Parts: sequence; C-alpha cells; structure tokens
Amino acid sequence: MSIQTWTFVLVGTTFALYVSLAFLAKARSTKDFYVAGGHVSPLANGMATAADWMSAASFLSMAGLISAKGYDGSVYLMGWTGGYVLLALLLAPYLRKFGKFTVPDFVGDRYDSQAARITAVFCAIFVSFTYVAGQMRGVGIVFSRFLEVDVTTGVMIGMAIVFFYAVLGGMKGITYTQVAQYCVLIFAYMVPAIFLSLLITGHAIPQLGLGASEIGSATPLLDRLDGLHAELGFDAYTERAKSVLDVFCITAALMVGTAGLPHVIVRFYTVPKVRDARRSVGWALVFIAILYTTAPAVAVFARTNLLNTVAGQRYAEMPEWFANWETTGLIAFDDKNADGVIQYVGPHATDATGARVESELTIDPDIMVLANPEIAQLPNWVIALVAAGGLAAALSTAAGLLLVVSSAISHDLLKRALRQGISERAELLAARISAAVAVLVAGWLGVHPPGFVGQVVAFAFGLAASSFFPVIILGIFSKRTNRQGAISGMLTGILFTAAYICWFRFLHPELDNAEHWLFGISPEGIGTIGMVINFAVAILVSRFTPAPPAHVQELIENIRVPQARTPR
Amino acid sequence: MSAPKDAGEYWRRNLRILALLLSIWFVVSYGCGILFVDALNRVRLPGTGFKLGFWFAQQGSIYAFVVLVFVYAAWMNRLDREFSVDED
Repeated sequence: MSIQTWTFVLVGTTFALYVSLAFLAKARSTKDFYVAGGHVSPLANGMATAADWMSAASFLSMAGLISAKGYDGSVYLMGWTGGYVLLALLLAPYLRKFGKFTVPDFVGDRYDSQAARITAVFCAIFVSFTYVAGQMRGVGIVFSRFLEVDVTTGVMIGMAIVFFYAVLGGMKGITYTQVAQYCVLIFAYMVPAIFLSLLITGHAIPQLGLGASEIGSATPLLDRLDGLHAELGFDAYTERAKSVLDVFCITAALMVGTAGLPHVIVRFYTVPKVRDARRSVGWALVFIAILYTTAPAVAVFARTNLLNTVAGQRYAEMPEWFANWETTGLIAFDDKNADGVIQYVGPHATDATGARVESELTIDPDIMVLANPEIAQLPNWVIALVAAGGLAAALSTAAGLLLVVSSAISHDLLKRALRQGISERAELLAARISAAVAVLVAGWLGVHPPGFVGQVVAFAFGLAASSFFPVIILGIFSKRTNRQGAISGMLTGILFTAAYICWFRFLHPELDNAEHWLFGISPEGIGTIGMVINFAVAILVSRFTPAPPAHVQELIENIRVPQARTPR
Repeated sequence: MSAPKDAGEYWRRNLRILALLLSIWFVVSYGCGILFVDALNRVRLPGTGFKLGFWFAQQGSIYAFVVLVFVYAAWMNRLDREFSVDED
C-alpha cells in the first residue's frame, strides 16, 4: 500500500476511535464538564496529562530542534520535564485540596480579589490561544504533506473532531480521548525510533542506542557525530554554544512556565484525592519521560542520517523524499557555486584555500521527525503512523487548551464575577457555547496562522513563569502575602517580561543578539528574571501592607493538609 | 497512643522533605547538566559512549525527576498517615 493509503487508513481509524469515545463520555453536569466529575484514576489522569502536555511541538518539532542545536537543545528536555517536579512538590497536591475548577478560581479566592481573578482569566486565555495557534500549524503541516489536501480542509477536519468531543464531553470527553491519543502518539513515536536504533546501532532501546557505537564501528555514535560536525564546520554536537547563564535561564523559564500552565494544572483537579494528585504527577512524568528520553536519540539518528545522505552529495541523485519536502518549501537548495553538489556546511566551514564556504541548503527543523522515517527508508506504514501520531499530539493539546478558555469564560468570568446567580444548567450551556466559539477561533488561527507563532510560544512560557507561578506558590507557602502584594507582583513580572520580549522580538529584531541582551539572557530565558522580580515585589509590598483577612488565613491552613485530623 | 501531633509540626516536616528533594532536583539538572557540564564531559558514563555532562543534560536528569516525584508521593503519604491527616 502507498504512504497515502496507509495514512488515510490510520488517521481514519484513530479519528473514529476518538469520536466513539466522545459518545461514551458525555458531560452531564458542570463538574463533569470542568473536572470530569473529579473521579479520574491517577494512572489515567497521568496518561491524559502526558497527551495534554505533549503538543505538536513536542512530537513534531522538538527532536528536530535538538538535532539542529545539539547540547543547547537540552534546555527543552530538562525544562519541559523538570517543571513536573515543581508541579508535583509545590502545586498539584495543594490545588487539589483547594478543590475548585480552574486556576483563576484559586487566585481569586486566595487573594480575595476580583481584580486578581480577572487578571488571571485574561492571562489564561492569552496563554491558551497562543498555544492553540501552534497546534493548528502542526495539523496543517501533517495534512498538507501526507494527505495532499489543502491546509484549510485539514484544519476544518481537525476542528470538527475537537468540536465534537470538547463541546459534548467537556473535560470528561477530553480525558478519555486523551488517554487514547497518548497510546497512539507514543506508539507512533517509538516505532520509528526503535527501527532507527536497530538500523544504526543494533540496540532495540533508543536510549541505549544513543550511547552506543554504530554497527561495525568501535567509535561511539556521539563522537562520530562530533567528528562529522567538525569536518563540515558546525559547532560540536555535544558541547555548549550558548552562554551558561543563558542556558540556565532558558531552562528555568521553561520549567517554571510548565508548572504555571493552566491547562496542565487543571488536570490535577480531576483526581479524587490529594494523594492521587501526588501520584498522578509521577505517572504523567513517566509517560512524558518515555518520549523525552527518546527524543535526543531520534535527534542524533536523524542528524547522522541527514549528514550522510545529503551533505556533499549530488543534487540530481537525491531520493524522492527530498523533492517531496522541497515542494512544501520546508527544504530549500540553492546551488550557489553551480556545481550540482549540495554543500551543507556550518558557520566555521572553509575550503582548501581558507576561504569561507557558504551553505547551500536550508532545512526547517520542524520536518525532521516527519521526514526521518523516509530518510531512513522505513516501511510505508511507519511513515503513515507518524502522521497519525502527530495529529493525536496536536488535537489532544488543542482540546485541553480550548477547555481552559471555555471554563475561564463560563466559570470564572460569568459565574464567579459577572452573573453570580446563574443556574447550573445555564452555566453548562455557557460552557458549551464558549467551547464552540473557542474552537472556531482556533480554526481561524489555524487557517490564517500569525507569522510569529514561534516567538509567541516563548511569550506564553515567559508569561506563565512571571505571572501565575510566583502568585500560586506564595499563595500556598506564604500566609503573609496579600492582595496588594500579589497584584503588584503579577503586574511588574508580566510587564517586565512582556516589554523585554516585545523590545527584542517585535520592535528591534536587529538588536536581538547576545551583545544587546541584559546580562546576555535571551528573550526565551527572561521569564526567569520576571519571576524573580514578581517574587521580590510581592514579598516586599505585602510586608508594608496589612496581612490577609482571617478567612483567607484559614483557607491557607486548610489547603496545607490533605484532611483535617481524624481521631483514631 | 502517642501524643497528638500538631499542624505546625506537619508543615515543618513537609518543608524539610521539599528542601531535600528540591536540592537533588537542582543538582541533577542545573548542577550536573548546566553549571558543571564542561567538567563532567571529561568523564564517560561507564560502559557507554556518553560524555557524563551531556548524559545528565539529555537523559540522566529526566530519570532523576521521575524518581524524585515518586519518592515524594510515597514519603508524603507516609507522613499523612503518621499525623492522621490522610483521607481514609
């Protein structure tokens, strides 16, 4: 069967599975809609969290990014997993005990302030929509490359599926489809990784293959790749190119941003008990770690294969996949010296006379995971499987984000702020309507993607790191932090981070380099500084203003223990 | 029956557990994976081709994170029972 037939079969089957699950898990109450009734098992919630968290970016782009950056790509690996330690130890159990439905719920109640609640609502909506735009780009790429439909049709099909289970099932529908989507995406990620590992190193486990040598050679694979890089004038794959401080700050911003992302936090409202919340983060991290420890192996296999197949080869002899990707514009070859050979070299490359050699090939790192099985000439069904996995990753994350938007509007804005007397039926209807509208907006963003998706995602993490995280942590761990402290902290943190990112990314992109950055910290890492500022301002302002009222102090005492002491 | 233990003591014990586990979290990622990566890269992970610093940054820290979260869950659940604040 051809790649296209296989893709139709696999994508069709998985889509049918998601729709039937949606029928089985229809939400009947607002509690069902927001937190799946609050009785999801820790294991299932862990799996759903993993699918929720691992987006089109994790599935499609991350290995490619690492492949292009080598050691510097570690910031994504540590940043996007280490955040779960913070989530498990500092947030999840306490928020579960608090036991409402959303993140703005907590911020509003703990600081006893509608202004804080509404600030949190807007942060949640902004963060979620920037993310959704990225997911839709992923759906578009997969559809246009593998099913040869245009991007608009692809996005429409994706939206129809999400519409179905998010609007009908709410969190309940999303949870069970996400469990299925996790299974699809992890299978789709591991199969080609295992194939590649076997082909290149003879090890069935990619994590071991990464540390082994190529078949028939005694040199470790990583050393061989460093050697290839040196030959072609790239920086060594396993060595650092960015400054230590920048790597440190980017990792911290991604970790803290991860722990502050509302669509991840709300998943821990769905388990029955505090101890389930603790264990559930562990399961989520196990399921995430399976993909995240495989990704660096895929990155190295892909890089080695790419350099071997492409660099210094004749353009006329390129295999079919090369032409396929050229038509999407994601690979471009420009024969500058007109010799018909692809010079794919790094910034330090020179020829025999010492003159600089220019690279003739540009590759969008986003395509590495999708192109990898083709480059390695794996069977057609494996290539189709990767397409189905990419769609599962994109759709599961999109659904989780859309739910945050819908609950922020129907619950936090309507029920808790504007119309407090609203009935449960009306709130559920409002939740469905706002979910439906959110799906349409997301679809529109998918068809007309803003050109700055990549930059905006950095924005989302920086914002989550410099706004939500400190306010929630202080809300739990410092009884003295009050409304004035929290609001002034959030505002200074967000404004500083947003101003820094806008300055370098939108107003003065020509200055966006290490020379002009504050202490050499790139806009991706600045959320860390924003977070420190937020903490400092919140603590300082709270010290000079009155302590929070007694009922708030009681709330804090209450969330710090799983249950009031029972006599035995 | 032992003397009743108060909420203040429970919270202090909780903070001590957090401090210990978060120090390990910091050392395996920021320490071994970033700050001391160049020094550790001079050593190989025994039996493999990994430079040690690179391994911590792209593999080891993630394994450590998983272990830390499960250790935390087990430890806290025991603490809850000791102070009779568990949910059964």
